[in-house]
Amino acid sequence: MTAIHDLATNDPAVNDLAINDLECLGVSKSYGSVRAVRDVSFEIPSGCFFSILGPSGCGKTTLMRMIAGFEEPSAGDIRIKGKSVLKTPPNRRNVKMVFQHLALFPMMNVYENIAYGLRCQRVGKAEIDRKVKDVLQRIALPDVANREIHQLSGGQKQRIAIARCMVLDPDVLLLDEPLGALDLKLREAMKIELKLLQHQFNTTFIYITHDQSEALVMSDYVAIMNNGRFDQIGTPQALYHNPDTAFVAGFVGDSNRWSARVLSRSGDEVKVETGDGLVLVGTVAGRAPLADHGRVELFVRPEFVHAERLAQAGSAVPAEGDNVLEGAVDSLLFNGANSRVLVRGPRDCLIEADVTLTGGAGDLRPGEAVRLTWPRAQTRCFAAEVAAGASA
Amino acid sequence: MSSGRDIRRLSLILLFAPFTLWIVLLIALPHMGMIVLSLREKVAPRVYEYGLGNYIAFAQEPIYWNTLMRTGSMSLLVTVLALLIGFPVAYYIAKIAGHRTRGALFLIILIPLWVSDLIRAFGWILLLRETGVVSTLLQWSGLAGGPVEFLYTDATVVMGLVYTVILFMIVPLVSTLDGMDNAMIEAGYNLGGSGFTVLRRIIIPYAMPGIVSGCIVTFMLTAGSYLTPILLGGKNSSWFTEQIYDQFITRYNWESGAAFGFLLLAFTSLVVWIGLKLSGQTLASTVARS
Repeated sequence: MTAIHDLATNDPAVNDLAINDLECLGVSKSYGSVRAVRDVSFEIPSGCFFSILGPSGCGKTTLMRMIAGFEEPSAGDIRIKGKSVLKTPPNRRNVKMVFQHLALFPMMNVYENIAYGLRCQRVGKAEIDRKVKDVLQRIALPDVANREIHQLSGGQKQRIAIARCMVLDPDVLLLDEPLGALDLKLREAMKIELKLLQHQFNTTFIYITHDQSEALVMSDYVAIMNNGRFDQIGTPQALYHNPDTAFVAGFVGDSNRWSARVLSRSGDEVKVETGDGLVLVGTVAGRAPLADHGRVELFVRPEFVHAERLAQAGSAVPAEGDNVLEGAVDSLLFNGANSRVLVRGPRDCLIEADVTLTGGAGDLRPGEAVRLTWPRAQTRCFAAEVAAGASA
Repeated sequence: MSSGRDIRRLSLILLFAPFTLWIVLLIALPHMGMIVLSLREKVAPRVYEYGLGNYIAFAQEPIYWNTLMRTGSMSLLVTVLALLIGFPVAYYIAKIAGHRTRGALFLIILIPLWVSDLIRAFGWILLLRETGVVSTLLQWSGLAGGPVEFLYTDATVVMGLVYTVILFMIVPLVSTLDGMDNAMIEAGYNLGGSGFTVLRRIIIPYAMPGIVSGCIVTFMLTAGSYLTPILLGGKNSSWFTEQIYDQFITRYNWESGAAFGFLLLAFTSLVVWIGLKLSGQTLASTVARS
């Protein structure tokens, strides 16, 4: 399984001294015959924004509930600041959680919601007052102390839920898709705000989400979870540009995707034939070995596909080893700066390519003949997963 | 144009007619009759005078207001016991039981309601009388030397009443607790609360409307109950409804009976009002909600 020893430092001597905020060692959870979480190991150094990204039902919520102490792992160990917490009940763990629907207490006002945890720790009255004021200041809502919960806006509730946890100075803050209930505009704003809050509090955040843009924008490190396991852990850039498995390549970001068969291979370079009979060249990716004449999954990101009018491109010679296809623009997918064209290539295949649509005369139009080129290095071939365990 | 408005007005009147009839004929009219009746005094055969004589008689006779106080305090005791027993049951049904067990448990709780009060009280008599099941079992096992009478004590009355009314405590509690997000309880623990803190600071405040509404219904039903105290408590049960019955039926003193009826209504309303004030709830937030 993946472990990211090199996240904290590459020097093993220092690594032994540095205590990670959270470590999971071979954590598994089974419900009867269903294995929700399978042998997950990872460690998170202090002050990290760590996201667990996966489709719904991949076991990420179960993993989070085990860290918080609401579920007991069937196997493995969870360590916070180097100490195993398996025997510690949830109310004694210094891991706080922001729930999916926030779970603010409606019968208490904002002040009481934040003071609740401090009162549980039997902190003195003056100290509570000072800490609540301080945390409200830090989340930039100094005047809401006496408001009732139902008087707050969605974004304010969000910040109060975080403040309620952060006032207790936790070792780790867990966030269970807290942005899911917000509308798009507010969600975009909250993404940036969460990142800023994390910097400000300098606490380890573990963020669970199925929304890849949330994970990519906010995180220092992202773990991709699939079917109860971690497929890959890495920085957002690493996951995006160097995916380890076909699942990661397909799940993170958009891709043109083909199933293909290996024709020939020399070193890293492979020549494949897709299901519709296109012959393309690509680069071997992923950890699973590529068999000769085996089946592969091919991924090309739209931003690497260059679309040009055939009339203009006619004279230019494409670089050696690039993939070149000719086709006609099927439709324009306008989305501001993220606009794309859908090109119908040979044998009716559809390929997406990023383009700049300025609204001027130079824009591509449906029906025009275009030439698509993309580099071999950006055509990733993963061995097709035949049986479970092939990717591990 | 005006005919459209007429039709709308007519439909409104028709819609409200049954409700108005019910309020006027079955609630307002009898009570007004009762007030008038309670303010009348019989000075000679077929000669009546208006005055507060019936209420003064009540105040001057300790047995009357002692009975009222006794009924009130025992009803409060029944309410508290019903809450203490009903809350864990409701919590189990709403929060701990699985989805399928929940329905089954709720059904089991509702089953006794299909049987009339009379039959249920008779069931208790069968169990608890001198020659009843419990007494026979005790003698057979050698724990008791002779027949034991369990009936006609205050404890039996309280137990019987709790059994009769607990359902009306559990139902509103289940419905409020059911609406509570489990994450709220988990958040309570996550932020460092012990089981007791979570119960006191989160679960009980959240369930307060249900608790108060259950208590009001239970208290009203208990204080106004007649069958259970009479059957299980016998002649000595001294329940206030028994006094009212006596005045109306045995003594044929309707004037005094009407005054007693009003006093009971005023007393229970006062207790409910105090309860609402103490718990900081309103009728609209409790009974009207569930």
